[in-house]
Amino acid sequence: MTINPQLPLSFSRTHRLQWEEAQQKFVILYPEGMVELNQSSAEILKCCDGVRTLADVVSALEEKFATTGLHHDINAFLEVALTNGWIQQ
Amino acid sequence: MAGYNNNSVKITPPRWLLAELTYACPLQCPYCSNPLDYASYKTELSTDDWKRVLSQARQMGAVQLGFSGGEPLTRQDLPDLVKHARELGYYSNLITSGYGMTEEKIVQLKEAGLDHIQVSIQASSQELNDHIAGTASFAHKQEVARLVKKHGYPMVLCVVLHRENIHQMPEILAMAKELGADYLELANTQYYGWAHLNRDLLLPTKAQFEQAEAIAQAFKETVAGTMKIYYVVPDFYEDRPKACMNGWGTTFLTIAPDGVALPCHSARQLPGLDCPNVNDFSVQEIWHESKAFNFFRGDDWMQEPCRSCDEKAKDFGGCHCQAYLLTGDMYAADPVCSKSPQHGVIQEAIDAAQTATVAAEEKPLVFRNSKNSKLFV
Repeated sequence: MTINPQLPLSFSRTHRLQWEEAQQKFVILYPEGMVELNQSSAEILKCCDGVRTLADVVSALEEKFATTGLHHDINAFLEVALTNGWIQQ
Repeated sequence: MAGYNNNSVKITPPRWLLAELTYACPLQCPYCSNPLDYASYKTELSTDDWKRVLSQARQMGAVQLGFSGGEPLTRQDLPDLVKHARELGYYSNLITSGYGMTEEKIVQLKEAGLDHIQVSIQASSQELNDHIAGTASFAHKQEVARLVKKHGYPMVLCVVLHRENIHQMPEILAMAKELGADYLELANTQYYGWAHLNRDLLLPTKAQFEQAEAIAQAFKETVAGTMKIYYVVPDFYEDRPKACMNGWGTTFLTIAPDGVALPCHSARQLPGLDCPNVNDFSVQEIWHESKAFNFFRGDDWMQEPCRSCDEKAKDFGGCHCQAYLLTGDMYAADPVCSKSPQHGVIQEAIDAAQTATVAAEEKPLVFRNSKNSKLFV
């Protein structure tokens, strides 16, 4: 599944994104399952607020981490997230 | 509780807590995983006991919580427990037959913070569903599934598969689609508890199983992106055992209705584990120090062929409850494994089920109810 650059990204209403103190990481929770996230994946998903588009997410994170050239990696991860139902457009 | 952990094994914190709130259930499914003698366990933890257990396990890192039973809806304090779980940050799963569920309760539980409801349906037709469940419940279950969906929960439909319903696979899939299931759990019966007792009448043939699996696989592709399918394989037709509970005492913690802590929900039947009770010890003590939770941790307990097996880190020797039920030795390799010297018992079980099918006078299914349970006390 591919990301439509025109549409805002939102985190799934049937999943939960949560910081786990015991694991010191963000996780996605869903019926009888859990995905452990690395820091960059969690940062991307936290930007999926129902308002921002792909370009907005890229510029937000490039600014936050004072870097450039994140477009390719962010797009690739969001495609995985869309396929897994973690985000919607 | 003194020191059964010899520190040679690194102990990981629990992630999954299965809270079996009660053994009471209005249904009588003949494959129930509850103990045969459940009628002898009459006491139930109080609301405050459960809240304490939830808090202790959460503090250790448990995050997935299953409210199960029996039928958890028979506990009047369920919304209170759900609310407590939500405040602690659990992801709460209600595992229910749907019996006794109302729209009002679905809303109440949602407001309390319940994340997901799994509704079991026994078959795709009313006649068979009501026969297997031992209770007229088909129409109501379908209604509950619709209401769960209507109120914004992810809806998981669970169908336990066995010889009496496996031929309905196409209709079961169509029903799941029609009800709008987000997840469909197709759970081939695991032969413990009542299912072990009724195995000759429940175990499908290999041909039946393979045909059903092929239909489910083809369907899975057509619903990709809209419905996820969890397929629980029938390990009698596998070559290698399941990695039971993701490894003993690594991930899963079950608390039985009377407060006994179990490394898996069948472990109560294993001899000599001295399973501890949350009335006597904290979850922390139970997880780290109890004899029961350290019993099969690591691989010091292993005999051959497991001990020298290059796959032992993958499946941990399989399921101890299955080894015990089928060979009488809980330290033995799970006989599902083709490397097990006792692997022949699996074929014997398959043959016995075949014979039962063709026998003119089949013995009837033994339904799970208090009257039958008292025969095992």
